[in-house]
Amino acid sequence: MYQEVILDHYKHPHGRGLRDGDAEVHHVNPTCGDEITLRVKYDGATVADVSYEGQGCSISQASASVLNDLLVGKELAEAQKIQATFLELMQSKGQIEPDDAMEEVLEDAVAFAGVSKYPARVKCALLSWMAWKDATAQALGDGAERKTA
Amino acid sequence: MTQLPGLLDTEAIRKDFPLLDRVIHDGKKIVYLDNAATSQKPRQVLDALNAYYEQSNANVHRGVHVLAEEATALYEGARDKVAAFINAPSRDEVIFTKNASESLNLVANMLGWADEPYRVDAETEIVITEMEHHSNIVPWQLLSQRTGAKLKWFGITDDGRLDLSNIDEIITEKTKIVSFTLVSNIMGTINPVDTIIRRAQEVGALVCIDASQAAPHMVLDVQALQADFVAFTGHKMVGPTGIGVLWGRQELLEDLPPFLGGGEMIETVSMSSSTYAPAPHKFEAGTPPIAQAVGLGAAVDYLTAIGMDKIAAHEHAITEYAVKRLSEVEGLRIIGPTTAEDRGATISFTLGDIHPHDVGQVLDELGIAVRVGHHCARPVCLRYGIPATTRASFYLYSTPAEVDALVEGLEHVRNFFG
Repeated sequence: MYQEVILDHYKHPHGRGLRDGDAEVHHVNPTCGDEITLRVKYDGATVADVSYEGQGCSISQASASVLNDLLVGKELAEAQKIQATFLELMQSKGQIEPDDAMEEVLEDAVAFAGVSKYPARVKCALLSWMAWKDATAQALGDGAERKTA
Repeated sequence: MTQLPGLLDTEAIRKDFPLLDRVIHDGKKIVYLDNAATSQKPRQVLDALNAYYEQSNANVHRGVHVLAEEATALYEGARDKVAAFINAPSRDEVIFTKNASESLNLVANMLGWADEPYRVDAETEIVITEMEHHSNIVPWQLLSQRTGAKLKWFGITDDGRLDLSNIDEIITEKTKIVSFTLVSNIMGTINPVDTIIRRAQEVGALVCIDASQAAPHMVLDVQALQADFVAFTGHKMVGPTGIGVLWGRQELLEDLPPFLGGGEMIETVSMSSSTYAPAPHKFEAGTPPIAQAVGLGAAVDYLTAIGMDKIAAHEHAITEYAVKRLSEVEGLRIIGPTTAEDRGATISFTLGDIHPHDVGQVLDELGIAVRVGHHCARPVCLRYGIPATTRASFYLYSTPAEVDALVEGLEHVRNFFG
């Protein structure tokens, strides 16, 4: 479960720290007390920045770092596709072996495939991704739906 | 092998616990250090459960057939055993519930619905502590919200003890009930019952003790404690899940109103009103957890045969050794008392900046079962400014070798995330 990629992101997180944003959310994972404060900044329909501060286990913190890598600079629709794919992988209970197509979408995030076998840890991995979804809905309102439609 | 004075013959005891032989993760023998969450069960308890279901299963307190009589005798026999185990003056003071949470909720609801002089209302106060398990916080918050009574609590000192410096301001003439834990489920602290009870008695407040982490590990004598209510659960003391106990002083149980209504708890029922059976049945509505009570009776027999004083001595020796060994781990900080004095065999700690979930996960890969998180005692974590802890908790079958395995495991964790 602790892939080298995950440990790298945990020890050297990308894009950490709170910067200017259009919306901010605070999410917690009550089972282990992981917390994240996350801000999104949009430039039209482009994800201009995702900044965050948090505390928690290596899985939750590494996942936020990977999210920052993957989503910043993407068009909203593509970012949402990545989020949905990551969600699908994490909810697979270890049944999905990421193929090339999935790897192309998720890049480093495929390293979390092993985490999906541990029901207690899936929430850790999803914390920042759910926070991002929530923040995006707040920043763009109905626009988030329209722009993907 | 490390030999410590006071240790039990764990080699013999462990043979009684089939689960302790379990091998996990490709050949690693399980090191079970999550006893504060639940204990493992000896063959004697498992056999009692089986024998009950295979030979005597029937509903209790009704029917005249042989099975009904056997089941009733077994269920009530378990009550006798528990009463003797806690030195209750009367068997009728032992109420079976489903767990300690239910026991504590029962007390809160008895007091919420009681008449004077017991009634908790807006003019009165409820006292708990910051050290409580959520099960001894939330029922009192609910009672406070519903009655308007003020909820107060004792804080915790830096070294994991109750701060009783302001006891006279916390427990006052307005206090109706003081409810606190005998042993902390997160820090292992053993609390000074005498001091608190003396003050409560001065002002005429009732005292309820959560003994969930005490009953499995030490001699529990409700007469010596001098409390009014004592709650504990079966599954932490080698018994099955689904069975808890509330002991209460007889005159209180006679005066206080029932909480749950139903079969079993009545004397006569008409469509407009009912009269109630005497305690303990007044508080045991519906078909009780019969097999589980029988299992708890077997658990009490098992512990008594070994001797609670010997179990306490064993755990004290293990605790002393564990505290010493854990203190050798670089970056490890014990949350709670850092010596074995006045503490039980439950030790919470943090390990550098490594999150407890990561500690627990890597230990699990080594076959070591610990608990991670806030242990249903989140206010304690907030008090010490930490999100969670790793908790190792020992029992009568724990060995110094298991302490060593934990310490080695923690070194591995440090290297892994270092």
